Amino acid sequence: MSMEKVKFGRSKVFFDPFNRRPGPIKKNMHYCPGCGHGILHKLIAEAIEHYGIQQDVAFIAPVGCAVFAYYYFNTGAISVPHGRAPAVGTGVGRANPEKFVISYQGDGDLAAIGFNEFIQAANRGEKMTIFFVNNTNYGMTGGQMAPTTLPGQKTTTTPFGRNPLTEGYPINVSSLINTLTSPVYIERVALTSTARIAAAKKAVYKGIENLRDRKGFSFIEVLAPCPINLRMTTEQLNDFIENKMTEFFPIGCVRDRSAETAVGELPPATIHEPAEVMAKLFPLRQEGGVADDFRNDSEIFNRELRIRMSGFGGQGILSLGHNFANMARLRNFNVSWMPSYGPEQRGGAASCAVILSRGVISNPMVDNNCDLLIALTQMALDKFGHQLSDNGILIYDRSAMSKPEVKGNQKVFGLDALAIANSVGNPKCANSVILGALAVILKKYAPLTEGDAADYDKVYREALTESFGSKPKVLEQNFAAFEAGKAAMAAEL
Amino acid sequence: MAKKHRIEISFDECKGCGRCLLACPKKLLAMGKEINKQGYTAVEVAEPTNCIGCGACFYQCPEPGAITIYEIVED
Ligand SMILES: Cc1ncc(C[n+]2csc(CCOP(=O)(O)OP(=O)(O)O)c2C)c(N)n1
Ligand code: SF4
Ligand code: SF4
Ligand code: SF4
Repeated sequence: MSMEKVKFGRSKVFFDPFNRRPGPIKKNMHYCPGCGHGILHKLIAEAIEHYGIQQDVAFIAPVGCAVFAYYYFNTGAISVPHGRAPAVGTGVGRANPEKFVISYQGDGDLAAIGFNEFIQAANRGEKMTIFFVNNTNYGMTGGQMAPTTLPGQKTTTTPFGRNPLTEGYPINVSSLINTLTSPVYIERVALTSTARIAAAKKAVYKGIENLRDRKGFSFIEVLAPCPINLRMTTEQLNDFIENKMTEFFPIGCVRDRSAETAVGELPPATIHEPAEVMAKLFPLRQEGGVADDFRNDSEIFNRELRIRMSGFGGQGILSLGHNFANMARLRNFNVSWMPSYGPEQRGGAASCAVILSRGVISNPMVDNNCDLLIALTQMALDKFGHQLSDNGILIYDRSAMSKPEVKGNQKVFGLDALAIANSVGNPKCANSVILGALAVILKKYAPLTEGDAADYDKVYREALTESFGSKPKVLEQNFAAFEAGKAAMAAEL
Repeated sequence: MAKKHRIEISFDECKGCGRCLLACPKKLLAMGKEINKQGYTAVEVAEPTNCIGCGACFYQCPEPGAITIYEIVED
């Protein structure tokens, strides 16, 4: 009696049938007859099966003819925007280090629109294996020139042949990344003769083995036939690849540091639970907050409040506005915070507009009817002073300017914010000095109800803890500055 | 004893690209005449058991299940 067993057959890493593929054809992939994508898909599926990692593969499919790879690979799979596979793969891999990221990309996808994402991932040595299908054209869109198109090669966008003087020369991606330190393995293979495909299979296996062993970045460039757009028979394509393409893309191993690269360690388990993540990020995060239907009862909050905070860059004026907006947000206000600053990090004018409202904020700009203006420089006052409403409140830094003119019912308060901040040991705490002074001013002149005045202190601490929960010392200094600001303003009034 | 093999073409899964027949060292494969469900002329094998199980056609073929090579195990 004789029995038969399958020696070469459909890989179990492929779905069978391809139920995700729309239409009646469920056994075949969508590729054109003789397409290199199909040949490579089979090699990759076989290698995944061989190394037993099917359950943990994250297969990132490109834009291009292989966009539907997730119809076929029974692994984790994502289709991503054009060229972004290495970037998405980076995110997937770092958030899920126990998974194995495969990025599968064409030459338009990888070497044109996504070249930066690719080269940065290669340089960082992301733990992923990239299969790069070089078929010298944009297949899916009908055969436009790709960065890999050969000189003289006719495509729909180079109807007279690629002219190196105007379109440049083919980009040799494997050689380019060979200038980087991080990549572990770089090889170029070709899908032509049986011997070449056998060599390709070996390279694919090595790429998947490196992936399993978390060795780092592996890159396999595959010279592949696109019979439809190149309008060639298999024999012509084999000839084209072997004799024309190899002039610019020589076949063979470019770099192999697989053996001397240690098997990668799995980092500690990733935390995905939001509450746990927050606890790690903000160990001091204080429980506080209010119910969703909480509303401050002071009269003043029944209308939109328009605030401008201004000074020069580096004074923390943007953080001041941000902290204040956060305080309001924590009390269920709708808030907007719109910063405006120059390109320099220190110096230059900086300001922000903050609006709090119980209703919809239709415009985050504050250029008139300002209820509260904080000006730390003369320049800021000159620029925004006229925008203060007749009933508005102005706080200015006394050390930087003389007492401004008052019009209408405006209330004007001088404060030595920076000096007070210095006295608590950190000039960066001027923000909190101002927020402390503001507590006193608002209580008296807004005015705030007793309840809201007490809550102001509480919500200040909540907002600061949210920002600096991981830095206990900074928090303490700010709390001290807040109290000092309060004391200073109370002494004035 | 030399192993025996058999090649099987899944008629409806072949796209008639011809890559396999160029690769077969035994020249076992030829383009057929009939058109399959997908609308392609599929390859045919006259002597499937003359196959030596080299796998060349399988790896040349872009389709996942158009070609299956069996090893015939005698006992
Ligand atoms: C952002 C964006 N730009 C352009 C396109 C159009 N587009 C689809 S596929 C493709 C080219 C793909 O070529 P390649 O990466 O060489 O893959 P192939 O199709 O040859 O496998 C382009 C430009 C798109 N889908 N998205
Ligand atoms: S256009 Fe080219 S690359 Fe795309 S499926 Fe057809 S043969 Fe393959
Ligand atoms: S396995 Fe080898 S001998 Fe058999 S049909 Fe395929 S190519 Fe020919
Ligand atoms: S390689 Fe596959 S699809 Fe192409 S003719 Fe042979 S069996 Fe058919």
